[in-house]
Amino acid sequence: VSSPTATTGRTTARRGALRALWPGRAGHGFVAAYVVLLIAFGVVPTCYAVYFAFTDGNARFTGLSNFSRAASDFRFVPAVEHVALYLVFWLVALVVLVVGLSLLLYRLSARRVSKALRFLYYIPGALAGAAGVMVWLFVLDPSVSPVAFLLRAMGFATFGQVVAPGHLPVLFTLIAFWTGAGGWIVVMHGALNNIPHEIIEAARIDGASAWQTARRIQIPMLRKWIVYMVILAFAGGTQLFVEPQLLAQASVGVAGRDYSLNQLSYDFAFQNNDVNTAAAVSVELLLVGLVVAALFVARSGFFDAD
Amino acid sequence: MTVKFRAIGAPGPGRPRRRAGLLAIAALLALGAAACGTSSGKAGTASTGGSFKTAAQTGGTLTVWVDSTRLAAAQLYQKKHPELKMDIVTYDGDANGSNYLQTKVSLFNRTSSGWPDVVFSSQNNETSWAVQAGFAAPLSKGLIPQATLDGWATNANAPCTVDGTVYCLRNDLSQTVLWYNDKLMKQWGYQVPTTWEQYQALGEKVATEHPGYLVGAAGDTFAPEIYLWAGKCGANQITGPKAVTVDATSQACTKMAALMDTLIKNKTLSTSSVFSSDFDKNEANKVLMMPGPSWYGGALFQGTFKTPAGQLGVAPMPQWSGDSSPSVGNVGGGTWLVSAHSKNLKAATDFLTWVTTSDDYQGKVAPGYPAYAAAAKTWLAAQQSSGYYADDITAPLTAAANQVWPGWGYGQFSQEAVWAATVTPGVNAGKSIVSLLPAWQDSIVNHAKADGYQVASK
Repeated sequence: VSSPTATTGRTTARRGALRALWPGRAGHGFVAAYVVLLIAFGVVPTCYAVYFAFTDGNARFTGLSNFSRAASDFRFVPAVEHVALYLVFWLVALVVLVVGLSLLLYRLSARRVSKALRFLYYIPGALAGAAGVMVWLFVLDPSVSPVAFLLRAMGFATFGQVVAPGHLPVLFTLIAFWTGAGGWIVVMHGALNNIPHEIIEAARIDGASAWQTARRIQIPMLRKWIVYMVILAFAGGTQLFVEPQLLAQASVGVAGRDYSLNQLSYDFAFQNNDVNTAAAVSVELLLVGLVVAALFVARSGFFDAD
Repeated sequence: MTVKFRAIGAPGPGRPRRRAGLLAIAALLALGAAACGTSSGKAGTASTGGSFKTAAQTGGTLTVWVDSTRLAAAQLYQKKHPELKMDIVTYDGDANGSNYLQTKVSLFNRTSSGWPDVVFSSQNNETSWAVQAGFAAPLSKGLIPQATLDGWATNANAPCTVDGTVYCLRNDLSQTVLWYNDKLMKQWGYQVPTTWEQYQALGEKVATEHPGYLVGAAGDTFAPEIYLWAGKCGANQITGPKAVTVDATSQACTKMAALMDTLIKNKTLSTSSVFSSDFDKNEANKVLMMPGPSWYGGALFQGTFKTPAGQLGVAPMPQWSGDSSPSVGNVGGGTWLVSAHSKNLKAATDFLTWVTTSDDYQGKVAPGYPAYAAAAKTWLAAQQSSGYYADDITAPLTAAANQVWPGWGYGQFSQEAVWAATVTPGVNAGKSIVSLLPAWQDSIVNHAKADGYQVASK
C-alpha cells in the first residue's frame, strides 16, 4: 500500500513525534533502572520487614507485641541512648567540618592545591565501609598504631583503654567522618561553585569579608545541600552497625557489642532466632528516619523551586 | 498531511512503553508480595531434638568448617584421602562467643541450603542452640558406635549431651593447670605455689623483687574460667536445658576476685589479652607463672610466645588452703558437630571419628589435650618425649582432667561475652573486680533471661 518513501517518512516522523512529546526519555530510562533496584532492595525488603514486625513465627498477626518485646529488652534503652549520643557528635561534626572545609577549599586560590586536597578528602570514601573501619582498628591499637605516640600522649597504653565505653561515640564519629565526609566535601564544593559568581563579586565590591560572605551568602545558599546531607547522615547514623560490630570483634567483645539498635536487631534475628522482633526494631528505625526527614524537608522548604 | 499523521500517531508508541514499565513495576511488586507471603512458613522451623530425618545421601563434596588451629587436621585428612572431595573453610571458630556459626546456620535454615557437613567450634555451648535449630545430628543414635563414645574421658562429652543424646564430640579437654618458667623459678630461688595463698604471696614478692614479671594474666574473656571457675564461684550453674543459677557475689567469688585485684594492682597479673599484640610485644617474655588451660603449652607458649625449650613447667592449679576437694577450671575445649542436613553422612562421620580419636591427629599433631582417652595417652607421651617441657607434664595434666569443677556449665549465652562487655572495661578503667561482681551478676541474669532461661539468683 505504501511506497518506500512513505515508510521512511513515517518512521522519521514517529521519532520526531516522540522527541517532541516525551523530551525526558533518557532521564526516564536512568530513573527506571534506579526504580528497579529501589524496588528489589528497598521497597520489597521494607514490606517484608513491616510484615514480619506485625506477625509472629507462625505468621499470625500479633499487633504491637513485637514492638513491646523489643522495647522491654534490657539492651534496648542503652542502645537508644548510645545511638542518640552518637548522632549528636556525628551530625554536629559533619555539618560544621564539612561546611567549614568546603568553604576553605573554595577560597584556596591555588587550583592545584585545591584539586589535590579534594582528592585527598575523597580517598577514604573510596574504601568500602568495612575496610575503612578495619584501618581504624589498627590506628586505635597503641601497640601497632602509626600514631601510637598521640595515643600514648593522651594516656592510653592499651587498646582496651582506647576503646573504653565513654570514648565510643567520639571514636565512631571519627571513623564515620573519615570514611564518609570526604564525599560530602566534594559535593559541597560543587554546590559552592554553583553560586553565581556575580553575587560573590558584588559582595566583594561591597567590602564583605570572607566571614561575612560565608555567613550571609554562601551558607544560606548551601542550605538545601546541608539539609540533604543531614537527612542522609541522620538515616545512616541511626543505622550504626559496621563500626561497633567490627570493634566488638576486634576487642573480643570488650567494646561495641549490643551497642546500637541495628546490632540489637541483628542479635534478635540471629542469636534468639526471633526475626519478628528484629523486624520491629528495623521498622522503628525506618519510622524515625522518615519522620526526621519529613520535619527537615517541611521546615527547610527543601522542595521549593529556587 | 504529515502534520495530521503525526498528531494521530504520536501517542501510540509512547503508551505501550509506559504500560510496559508499569507492568514491570507491578510484576516486581507482585513478586515482592509473593516473597512476603510464601517464605514466612519457614520462619518457625525450630524442630525439637530427637526427630532426625536424614537428607537424601547423594554424596559429593564434604564441607568442613574449622578454625585456623584445626585447619591442620582437615588438611591432614584430605592428604590421607585424596579421593574425597573436601571443601575446607576456615572461620573464627566462634571464639570469644562470636556466634558466627549460629548466625550462619540460622540463615541456612531460612534458605534451606548451605550448611557445612562438619563444623569445629571452640565453644562448648553449641548444643544449647544447635539441637533446637535442627542443625546438630544426634551422634549417639546410630552415627557413632557406643563403643567409640565410651572411649572419651569421663564427662568429656557432657556439654554435648542433651536429654541423654550426644550431639557433638569434644575435641580436647582444657583443664587448667599452673604453667611456670622453671628456669626463672630456679634462678630466683622460688617455690612453685601449691595454694592460692602462696600464689598471691609469691605474686607480691615478684612485684617488689622483679617488677615487670607476671604471675598470670586476667585480660582475656576467659579469665573467669581460669580463676573463678577454679575457685568454685557459682556464677554459671546450668541446672537444666533452660535453667541457670547465678551467684556471682558469693564468698567463693569475692575471695578469688580479691586475689586477682591485689595482683592486678601490683601489676603481676596482666590485664592484656595473652593473644593481643600488646602482650606479645611487651609481656610474653616476662611470664614467671600463668594459670591456664592445657592448650597454653603448645598453642601459647610454644606457638605464640616462642618460649625456648626446656623452660616451661607444669604444676597442679593452686588450691585454697584447707580445701579438701581440689578443683580446676576449664577454658573451651572445642566441639565437633555434624550437620543433620548432610548429604554425605558417611564421609562426615568418618572424618569426625578420625579427627576426634585418631593418634595421627589427636595423638601427634593436636595442640591441646585430647578428650579421647587413648589419644590423650599418645599425646602426653609425644609431648613428654618432645623435650620441650622442663619436667613431667603427665601427672599434673592427667590429675587436672578429673578435677574440673562441675558447678560451671554451658548456657546459650556466652559467659565470655558477658565478662568481656561488663567486667573488662571496668578493669581497664582501674576498677576492682570485687566491685564489678554485682554488675557481672546482673548482666549474666539479663542475658540468660533474654535467651529464655529460668534464672535463680542468690
